Amino acid sequence: MITLVVNDKSQTLDVDPDTPLLYVLRDTLALHGPKFGCGLAQCGACTVLLDGNAIRSCTTPVSRAVGKKVTTLEGLGSSHKPHPLQKAFIEEQAVQCGYCINGMIMTAKALLDRKPNPSEREIKQTLAGNLCRCGTHPRIVRAVRRAAALMAKGA
Amino acid sequence: MLTHQSTRRDFIKTSGALIVGFSLAGPMSAARGQTAGAGGKPVALDEVDSFLAIVPDGTVNVYTGKVDLGTGTRTALRQIAAEELDVPFERINLVEGDTALTPDQGPTWGSLTIQVGGVQIRQAAATARKALVELASKRLGAPASDLEVKYGVVRAKADPTRSASYSELIGDQEFHLKVDKSARVKDPASYTIVGKPVPRVDIPAKVTGEWTYMQDVRVPGMLHGRVVRPPALGAQLSSVDESSVSGIKGLVKVVRIGNFLAVVAETEWAAIKAAEGLKATWSPWEGLPDMDQLYQVVRQTPVAKDEVTVNVGDAKSALASAAKTVSATYEFAIHTHGSIGPSCAIADVRDGKLTVWSASQAPHWLRRDLATMLGISPSAIHVIYRDGAGCYGRNGHEDAAADAALLSREVGRPVRVQWMRHDEHGWDPKGPPTLAELRGGLDASGNVIAWQSEFWIPKVGAITEGVPMLAATLGGLPYKDNINPGNIFQNSAPPYAFPNAHAVCHRLETTPFRPSWIRTPGRLQNTYVNEAFLDELAAAAGADPVEFRLRHLKDLRGIEVLQAAVRRAKWDTRPSPKKSAASSPVATGRGVTYCKYENVRTYVAAVAEVEVERRSGVIRVKRVVVAHDCGQIINPDGVRAQIEGNVVQTVSRTLKEELKWNRSRVTSVDWVTYPILTFPEVPEIDIELINRPNDPPWGAGEPTAAIVPSAISNAVFDAIGVRLRTVPYTPERVKAAIRAQA
Repeated sequence: MITLVVNDKSQTLDVDPDTPLLYVLRDTLALHGPKFGCGLAQCGACTVLLDGNAIRSCTTPVSRAVGKKVTTLEGLGSSHKPHPLQKAFIEEQAVQCGYCINGMIMTAKALLDRKPNPSEREIKQTLAGNLCRCGTHPRIVRAVRRAAALMAKGA
Repeated sequence: MLTHQSTRRDFIKTSGALIVGFSLAGPMSAARGQTAGAGGKPVALDEVDSFLAIVPDGTVNVYTGKVDLGTGTRTALRQIAAEELDVPFERINLVEGDTALTPDQGPTWGSLTIQVGGVQIRQAAATARKALVELASKRLGAPASDLEVKYGVVRAKADPTRSASYSELIGDQEFHLKVDKSARVKDPASYTIVGKPVPRVDIPAKVTGEWTYMQDVRVPGMLHGRVVRPPALGAQLSSVDESSVSGIKGLVKVVRIGNFLAVVAETEWAAIKAAEGLKATWSPWEGLPDMDQLYQVVRQTPVAKDEVTVNVGDAKSALASAAKTVSATYEFAIHTHGSIGPSCAIADVRDGKLTVWSASQAPHWLRRDLATMLGISPSAIHVIYRDGAGCYGRNGHEDAAADAALLSREVGRPVRVQWMRHDEHGWDPKGPPTLAELRGGLDASGNVIAWQSEFWIPKVGAITEGVPMLAATLGGLPYKDNINPGNIFQNSAPPYAFPNAHAVCHRLETTPFRPSWIRTPGRLQNTYVNEAFLDELAAAAGADPVEFRLRHLKDLRGIEVLQAAVRRAKWDTRPSPKKSAASSPVATGRGVTYCKYENVRTYVAAVAEVEVERRSGVIRVKRVVVAHDCGQIINPDGVRAQIEGNVVQTVSRTLKEELKWNRSRVTSVDWVTYPILTFPEVPEIDIELINRPNDPPWGAGEPTAAIVPSAISNAVFDAIGVRLRTVPYTPERVKAAIRAQA
């Protein structure tokens, strides 16, 4: 049995400790935010926050998350009450298929928490390890900038 | 006219509620409800009821066989229906890609969802609207010409209190009407919804984790499957050692059908571990060509037939008499689709019936292919679409569905098959290679008087059938033997008025990998070849590339789009290459390209600006300006998003992407071995949309991709005077081209 704190809720789960965190979040906890993209930590679709740091849940054994706070896309906000990042992505229409967007938002969240007003170059460098195949990049960068502005205003 | 004999069937009353209830009830109960209620719903393309149902609560169900692959058509099709019916946008429910409920409008491909699917819905809506107004005319005792429709309510213009809503008018009835091709559609001048940048309906759920992608669908009693692919494409399975995985907790079964080998487990992780740990013996196989010999192999492949796509004047004689001639060979690599989410499907075989959840771009085709493989009637199969990751052509979704169907049949429970990354890169069908040779002749004034081109591309079997599925070919099960790379001959004919022109496509019997279509199939490669070679002729003539194109372009709409791009880019009029200091380590240049998509529809033109590092061979695409005319625009922000996506994806394909393999198998099996463009490499994109509200709407999902590779090639030539003729333009190739020129 493993006890995990996911989105501020503590849960005790019967899972193999070597199971990657991603499958526990998706299959055991039925969360849809983190996505399976490569299982190799190459694309970023599975990104979640572990004690505020953006990590690749597809290669992180669930045992490494014990005693830490896991935050997923669902933990930021909802369509009724979106986080400023989610609000900014909606306002910029920064989604095509949307499969990579979890990783974009979670990676940007860790960036903005660390650096509230990053330059465009810093945003692009930070997201360089997150792949998007639809070509939504220009909108994603605009959305992160918009989110930074919204958060600065306390929105 | 409407007939009132039959009572409306349950599905109409319930299907709207099912859509609303989907997220609450979960996919399984929703899908079962749809199956149960779907018994009699019309799906024929000529029936209004196939496309539309007025629900008693005032909402409208719209049914489409087209599916939203991430392009935003789920919003645009609602706009079209809402506009034509005069109901609020929010009251449209859209049901996509459900073989029991939606008409077969063909696969979602070829930039045809709006152009064909949307126009069909528009005409059905116009027919329905006319019928509803006629009903209101009788009910309100007023001629139809004295009535107007607002928000789904028909009312007398003179006295709005005399009114009847659509649901009051149609009561408990179906339309029972054929789609009337002559039913008048609305005057675009009166549009309030079409042409507006309506925000996409799915984005709030997609940025909050509330959306259910195919990969998120779970059904009760479901098991997890993983397929173990052969270590070589043509290897035969000789033995399996099941004891190698017997210790894995949760493993349910090892399935072997011919060369189809798979595991099924209670949990996803157990399935992954079992697939990785399963020991099997396969025969050796080294039937793939040497990668370095690809284009020689293409050239030597037997030709099934020659397809002449343009033959004007006498190109051969004109070439012989030309004042100046140019010739060149072009090559375009094999590409993979590279969806960020690998293919996934769930299948449930029970009581002789099969239910499949799939992100297939062609649910109706998938149903037929599954029926062939399993030897059951298509009517026993229900395919339900759920969004996958972006789909840029026929990738692995159909294969995953076939995998899941076989496994569910074996274990008697629903099985979810999620392809791993190496399955997707290694085994999805590939965009075939293109080889082309061109010869051109100029007269003494530098005008093109001769154009001759030859393309070596695979043949196409039946375009109405899908690509053979791996589960069938590996499992030795029935399938229709088909080679279907899409309509890859298109745009082989240049869109210019040359007095003597000849283009021929040598359609080859085979191609090294199972082919399919990848975004802008053939149109991308052929436009690249034509537009880069035209640039070579412009340079030979000492002409500015834009002026040279305009000299030979007679299509007024084409001229307008080309001039729009050039104006917006502040084109520097002069011949290429640029006269610049050869010693400068970083050279800059600009290149132009024009395309009339498939030579019959959407017009696009681009100007690309690049930097080339001579020493490293690195190309940076700094800015791409696009002018785009797809006729009537339904949603301008949606069109912009498609143009942006096309530019980024095709810059990636042009600079980086190339399938790699050894004699046995694909070796580019992940994002390290098949890199794509990353954020710091993405160019600035500047777009000019030309809207023609009174013209038919054409596609926007692909055309811009066609103009990107040649715009880059031409810009690189402008910068350094070196012509790149093999895609991708990797630093190694750029350096080699520079060396070859020196």
